[in-house]
Amino acid sequence: MIKVEEISKSFDGIEILKEISTVFDKGKTNLIIGQSGSGKTVLMKCLLGLLEVDRGNIYFDNEKFDKENISAVANLRKEVGTVFQGSALFDSMTVLENIIFPMKMFSNTTDEEMLIRAQEVINRVDLKDADNKYPSEISGGMKKRVAIARAIVLNPKYLFCDEPNSGLDPKTAIIIDKLIQEITIEYNITTIINTHDMNSVMEIGDKIIFLVQGEKVWEGNNKQILKTNNKLVNDFVYSSELLRKVGKLGG
Amino acid sequence: MKLFFHIGRYFLMIKYTFTKFTKWNVLKKLIVQEIDDLIIGSIWIVAFMSFLVGGVVAIQTALNIESPFLPGNLIGFATRQSVILEFAPTLISIIMAGKVGSFITSSIGTMRVTEQIDALEVMGVNSFNYLIFPKIISLMLYPFLITLAMFLGILGGYVASVYAGFSTSFDFIQGIQLDFKVFHVIYAYIKTTLFAFILATIPSYHGFFMKGGALEVGKASNISFVWTSIVIIIINFVVTQLLLA
Repeated sequence: MIKVEEISKSFDGIEILKEISTVFDKGKTNLIIGQSGSGKTVLMKCLLGLLEVDRGNIYFDNEKFDKENISAVANLRKEVGTVFQGSALFDSMTVLENIIFPMKMFSNTTDEEMLIRAQEVINRVDLKDADNKYPSEISGGMKKRVAIARAIVLNPKYLFCDEPNSGLDPKTAIIIDKLIQEITIEYNITTIINTHDMNSVMEIGDKIIFLVQGEKVWEGNNKQILKTNNKLVNDFVYSSELLRKVGKLGG
Repeated sequence: MKLFFHIGRYFLMIKYTFTKFTKWNVLKKLIVQEIDDLIIGSIWIVAFMSFLVGGVVAIQTALNIESPFLPGNLIGFATRQSVILEFAPTLISIIMAGKVGSFITSSIGTMRVTEQIDALEVMGVNSFNYLIFPKIISLMLYPFLITLAMFLGILGGYVASVYAGFSTSFDFIQGIQLDFKVFHVIYAYIKTTLFAFILATIPSYHGFFMKGGALEVGKASNISFVWTSIVIIIINFVVTQLLLA
């Protein structure tokens, strides 16, 4: 569980996040949604510690995230898996080396044990015949699978995904969403996904927070989002022609 | 004021590079890789440039001292002094600022724009140490390249002056040996080691702290070359003043 308490963040005097408070539940896929420029990525970077908040607190399983406490931050980092928007695979490494990398850095297991674990996660994300290929030689969907495999290889307690299905075709996007949801339940981890894709919202939105210009304006789940009277949420949700029609049909 | 900001951030980067070390078994592979990219990969360009520029230095010297009162060994002497004192350590370092420096800036810059550095940081890896330290260590082999440049520069001078008829083989070799001071070579190696550190760190700084996309990677490589060259020239001036004046 990750608890966020009134966090704010400004850049050059412009407030990008305005006193956001929420709780991201364990074993659930928690979605941060909103239009481009609403502060989703900044919120995620603050949670990851890549940006420092101006005010407010972040708690990982009731333990306060304090950037000054270097050893606590280092320990926490080992419990976090991250899937970046562009996958952020290391270009100079093969798929297998990318997946093994966190183990090489942080575990004391033997090469053989690392290979066994890497093969487990490769099978889990259903990645076939790509072990010795470089990131430039595989498709966007496969890159996401590698990024997910690398993120879960150390059995993290928290999984962060920044727009995990951006640039993917709708079918692959749903497969990746489902994969993240299955892994969340299977490993009982706190997953936070940053997205503006309504398919993801409807498919895997166990918990959703909606941001508008850095402010949290709504919180709920994928069932409640279709029934809410919040105009800002409705404008966002029904910006898609398909969902507008579904909404009119009462679906 | 912005200059002071960059200088301060550069020294902080150096400090972070030497803290929280990456595991040795990971680091040693990175160092070997960097030696291959930065040192082995530069041998041919350094050899080619040194041989030809050494030849040009000898020919220029010969053409400008056409006087029967000057000794025949002067061409060899002047070539040796130019190559050891300035050409090999300084000019080759400026060429390397273009070759190795832009490679370092663009590779780290690309990692920055594709979020690979963010990925390292969220994993808890000290990205400064992981990316910059192996480059510094591998460039400590840079004096090897400069030794090669010295040898080939003088050889180029010999070939050009002897085979073009500006000097005899005996005179040229005598000129090379004339009034040889070991300290001049030590001075060249001191400069080279400082330049190696600059070649590793200034381009890394420009790659590491760049913002934007692919276009900015190109711009950062360009700025990195300019600043690396400027700092090399300044350090060259200071070290020469301190050690030779």
